[in-house]
Amino acid sequence: MRYAMAIDTKKCVGCSDCVIACQLENQVPVGYCREWIVESVSGTYPHLALEFRSERCHHCAKPPCVRCCPTGASHVEEGGVVLVEPGQCIGCGACIASCPYDARYPHPEGYVDKCTFCIHRVREGKQPACVSVCPTHCLYFGDLDDPNSEVSRKVAERKHKRLKTEAGTDPQLYFLT
Amino acid sequence: MKTTRRDFIKISGTMLGTAATMGVAFDWATGSVTHEAFPISTHTTRTPTYCEVCFWKCAGWVTKNDQGDIWKIEGHEADPHCNGRLCPRGTGGVGMYYDNDRLKHPMIRVEEGGKQVFKKASWDEAFEVIAGKMKAIAQEYGPECVALFTHGSGGKFLGHMLKAYGSPHITAPSFAQCRGPREVAFYATYGEGVLSPERTDIRDTRCLVLIGSHLGENMHNGQVQEMSQAIDKGAAIITVDPRFSTAASKSKYWLPIKPATDLALLLAWMNVLINEGWYDKAYVEKHTYGFEQLKSHVQSYTPEWAYGMTTIEPKIIRDTAKEMANASPAVIIHPGRHVTWYGDDTQRLRAVAILNALLGSWGRRGGFYNPERISIPDFPHPPYPTPKRSYLDALEGKYSLATEVISNGICEVTTPAPGRDCNIKGWIVNGTNLIHTLPDQKATLEAIDALEILVVIDTMPMEITGYADVILPECTYLERYDAIRNSPHREPVISLRMPAVAPKYDSKPGWWIAKQLGVVLGLEKYFAFRDIEEVLDWQLQQVGSSLEEMKKIGVKKFKREYNDLYLAEEQEFEFNTNTGKIELYSTEMARAGFDPLPRYTEHEQPPAGYYRLNYGRSPVHTFSRTANNENLVDVVPENDLWVNPKVAKQWGLENGQYVWLKNQDNITTDFPIKVRITERIRWDSVYMVHGFGHAAKKLSRAFGKGASDTQMISHVKTDPVMGGTGMRSNFVTFLQEEPSREEVTS
Repeated sequence: MRYAMAIDTKKCVGCSDCVIACQLENQVPVGYCREWIVESVSGTYPHLALEFRSERCHHCAKPPCVRCCPTGASHVEEGGVVLVEPGQCIGCGACIASCPYDARYPHPEGYVDKCTFCIHRVREGKQPACVSVCPTHCLYFGDLDDPNSEVSRKVAERKHKRLKTEAGTDPQLYFLT
Repeated sequence: MKTTRRDFIKISGTMLGTAATMGVAFDWATGSVTHEAFPISTHTTRTPTYCEVCFWKCAGWVTKNDQGDIWKIEGHEADPHCNGRLCPRGTGGVGMYYDNDRLKHPMIRVEEGGKQVFKKASWDEAFEVIAGKMKAIAQEYGPECVALFTHGSGGKFLGHMLKAYGSPHITAPSFAQCRGPREVAFYATYGEGVLSPERTDIRDTRCLVLIGSHLGENMHNGQVQEMSQAIDKGAAIITVDPRFSTAASKSKYWLPIKPATDLALLLAWMNVLINEGWYDKAYVEKHTYGFEQLKSHVQSYTPEWAYGMTTIEPKIIRDTAKEMANASPAVIIHPGRHVTWYGDDTQRLRAVAILNALLGSWGRRGGFYNPERISIPDFPHPPYPTPKRSYLDALEGKYSLATEVISNGICEVTTPAPGRDCNIKGWIVNGTNLIHTLPDQKATLEAIDALEILVVIDTMPMEITGYADVILPECTYLERYDAIRNSPHREPVISLRMPAVAPKYDSKPGWWIAKQLGVVLGLEKYFAFRDIEEVLDWQLQQVGSSLEEMKKIGVKKFKREYNDLYLAEEQEFEFNTNTGKIELYSTEMARAGFDPLPRYTEHEQPPAGYYRLNYGRSPVHTFSRTANNENLVDVVPENDLWVNPKVAKQWGLENGQYVWLKNQDNITTDFPIKVRITERIRWDSVYMVHGFGHAAKKLSRAFGKGASDTQMISHVKTDPVMGGTGMRSNFVTFLQEEPSREEVTS
């Protein structure tokens, strides 16, 4: 099993609903976030292109944050989901420094926090909060090892890109372009 | 910004008696309780609601946490407004409930030591003051002299109270400051309005044309979802906008039009469709009236002519016309929603309506469907008294095609003028912050100054509360029942809002406020019910449901009574117009003395050194009402000013720099706004999101954040057809130093 997410940039309007739904679902303190929107503009008026990306932890298959964690708090669970165990985290911040995507933040209670792919929901058979709230249906989550899953089909059918693959992280967010 | 009789009173912290108890209930949001790595989702209680953050009113479920307080709100799967997915504002609606700055108890304006202040009052005291004034106004001037401004669900009950009292003057800014021209134009053409939610069949369209409408930035949920479906199915989107909007970036064609020239483009498209024979001939022949007049009318409006106005190349005008024709009838020239721009807006929307008729899209799949809703009877009450006067009497025949009460018209007849018979003397304002809603703030304040009583019913200490004589704290939508939401849609559908939690502080629901005030006014026979549960249950029983059922299911769909979602091909159809046809040539407009066919009017362009102020929406905010919502402010805390790089260079502006704005009437913004240098905007205009620049200090998160576009809109071009306030003819320039002021707004 390999959990992954595909993000359709052709449909995303950058509304931030994913960000807010995540904050409420996961009780992320106001002022912090586990996901964010990138707006990327290119060209000059009137020859312009614009891409919105809903970004979060890439749940890398080769996660530098796990490798560098001195206590084992950062670890990999079922489906390759990268998690932090708050009780084991000493808040040293090595993982934050190692993440090429800036996906982690120091929680005010003294541990490092990040996207969990809403594994607590996934274990109940639900979609992550961001996926189930998205008004444009531009997020797809599922098992990349299952060729019939929606995320597998999207990645197979559509042109896509992954971010900062040169970092050797093998990221598992696929941006459909 | 000061009035003479009525000083603006800041609602100060010392008057908020319950301040000490604020903010204990949601520790998790400030991170001060032990964090659960995986939030416990053993929640067993969820209650239905429909959202109040905007007018789309999506149905949803409120889920409580294990402490019994509100955790989250999610969309209702069966609701066609949202299909199980709320927009960011609806998701963040939680923040309205938890806002520490909420109004907490009734307050009355009193004079103490020569100074006007608000005094904490009981509900009974507040009702006595209001009823006393209302009775005096009814006796001296007539009950028609009290008006209700409302933009919220509670207005339904307050409206009932006002009608029982004897006034027909119930108005919402959603007409004359927003969608009014569109409704009037479509009535004139099709004998029906576009309605809300819009009857646009976007999910099945093959070509969607947006004229300045920025779907995706305005999160009109169902429409944004359907636009996304249309993208999936490969529909062509054509966006006409001087700004490279989100929708423009999803479009096959983006037409970066010179602002204020849209009507030229619409007329040129008609010219091409007719002269090239690309219109739907069978449909036009069968269903429309006035084609020959239209044909000769548009002859001079060639693409070459329009190029000079719009800066859109003739080839692009022809290519886009062909694109629409190829998709016909599954094509939508979208009527938009906020369309009060230049004062000839009804005519521009008539052009939109006519184009749709030429393409045969009205009543066709992928064009405009025919929505249906069920009929829910009112809870029995005696007939309302017949009003003897209307504010229209004082307007001397102006705006004769308005289909709703014009808010700025009420404002106009509140300000005293010699020889005017009907002067409004009292306002009740519910859920609309008129200071940020009505353009020309000076006129609004003059009207307010002439009032004998101003009652404000709101959840938040918005600017308008500072001018009130009595402030009544309404509880949020998450703490109350409201009327059944009864929507026109592809299938009739109703939705229930019920309280998820008890009201915080001493706030009360709108229905209770209306009933109690009604009783004190002696109108108890109009409120012959114990509470709203009795009313809702009675109404629901009439349509084969019950309150008990709706509490469980939240949303109920009904079968259509008529099988006419689209026009049947072989059937004759009589439209609700004078001729029974779709009126390309409007006999109603002609009768009322207006151009029966839309004519191009040139609008003024900015003087040197000034830029047209365009404004719009953020997907995270609604009007000015969400600028203090903690969850939403966390994502978008203030608006910024979009400036083209060429303009920025000329003025030496830097990205992120704060500037003040000055408009053509030498009015300056109270607060500075952050410059965002971007290629996404034309060089002749600037852009900001509406609803920021709050001057009410008690809005602790919104105060002084960003600039107010409304403050800059002092030049209003009123639509002679229906009284709409054209707000896009204001020009601003940059001030890099804070302007000196003689008078400081609170």
